[in-house]
Amino acid sequence: MKDKQDDLINYVIALGDDSLILGQRLSEWCYHAPFLEEDLALANVALDFIGRAQMFYEYASQLETRVLKENARSADQIAFLRDTRDYRNLLIVELPIGDFAFTMARQFTVDVFNQLYLQQLVNSTDSTLAAIAGKAIKETDYHLRRSQEWMLRLGDGTDESHQRMEKALKELWGYTAELFTMSAYETALLRDGISIDRTALCSDWRKIVTELLQQATLKVPSDEWQVTGGREGLHTEHQGDILAKMQYLQRTYPGLEW
Amino acid sequence: MDSIPVISEPLAERMARRRDSAYPALWDLLDQVKDPEIPVLSLWDLGVLQDIVVADQTVLVTITPTYSGCPALREMQQDIDSVLIAAGYAKVEIATQLAPAWSTEMISEKGRQQLLDYGIAPPVSRRGQPICCPRCASPKTQLISQFGSTACKALYCCEHCAEPFDYFKCL
Ligand SMILES: [Zn+2]
Repeated sequence: MKDKQDDLINYVIALGDDSLILGQRLSEWCYHAPFLEEDLALANVALDFIGRAQMFYEYASQLETRVLKENARSADQIAFLRDTRDYRNLLIVELPIGDFAFTMARQFTVDVFNQLYLQQLVNSTDSTLAAIAGKAIKETDYHLRRSQEWMLRLGDGTDESHQRMEKALKELWGYTAELFTMSAYETALLRDGISIDRTALCSDWRKIVTELLQQATLKVPSDEWQVTGGREGLHTEHQGDILAKMQYLQRTYPGLEW
Repeated sequence: MDSIPVISEPLAERMARRRDSAYPALWDLLDQVKDPEIPVLSLWDLGVLQDIVVADQTVLVTITPTYSGCPALREMQQDIDSVLIAAGYAKVEIATQLAPAWSTEMISEKGRQQLLDYGIAPPVSRRGQPICCPRCASPKTQLISQFGSTACKALYCCEHCAEPFDYFKCL
């Protein structure tokens, strides 16, 4: 029973980490986007992901409280006071924002995945996870609508935008495999219908992504390499950098509140 | 047939909860609390205010967040708290409820009119229906950006009178 509870806490935190780190990355565009409307859009999408992370962490904190009582961590402590190896986010979300093409290519691949994933998670037997998914899916529909428009516009745009988009896809392609890799705790929760079988989403994801890339006159990169490790806390060198920026305030002024 | 006014199920449920409530004065009191970003719209009309009950001298207010990352949520909680405290209710608890997820269908008819009067085009849920300019009512409008000044709004421009305006997105 205790193991099961640990698996659930790990799973919820991992989902929170995916949202937090992607939200943090997107927020780096604030004041730097190519034009005002895009700046607002990126900041709003970033907020959606950070809000999602907060819901996951609040839930993880509640779950911890059941086991650890007053020693349980708060949502803020979970978000801000862990070390690199304790974060369980997928590698794809921690990669630097790169140029606008890279940011959009990553967003598109992740948005397609999120849509498929959340469509399943709304049926989770865990009612809190199902409720969070129910909120998130509606936002993801908007995110995807926008990121796929950018894929078309940049892919089928100028020579330079096309070239940048192909380069971006090549750079991130090997990281997409991890979207469909099950961690031990996700597998353990699958039997009770709490978690989702990621591996089963791969063919739909490929189909949707391939169709859109073709429409955008972009080549689908070949599967030459893949990396995983985020779920075990084995991150790229970029994770430390993003955490240093994100945690600065809480580390300098512990317990500071807005 | 189109002219028959229909209200959504979640809105109907909420209206029933208010109508059958044992604390009508509290509902009326909280009508004062407005959305911090659209200060003409009460939390009730926005569909955020879900339930009010009193137990052990504590007022328990249940609200549902609009967007996951809505920065106004905390301000809404503080505003509810201070209105109730000022009215003499010493103990207030505010719970956020995620399911059923908030949707634009929870906005009341009055709320939709208030949005329009404020210059924001209310959400259009029926497919194929045009988004009309809040200034001149022309249906000839163009999407400028899917995301406007806040997550809940998109940016449009009227092709008839050239007014740029916010559209409250369907969620
Ligand atoms: Zn007009």
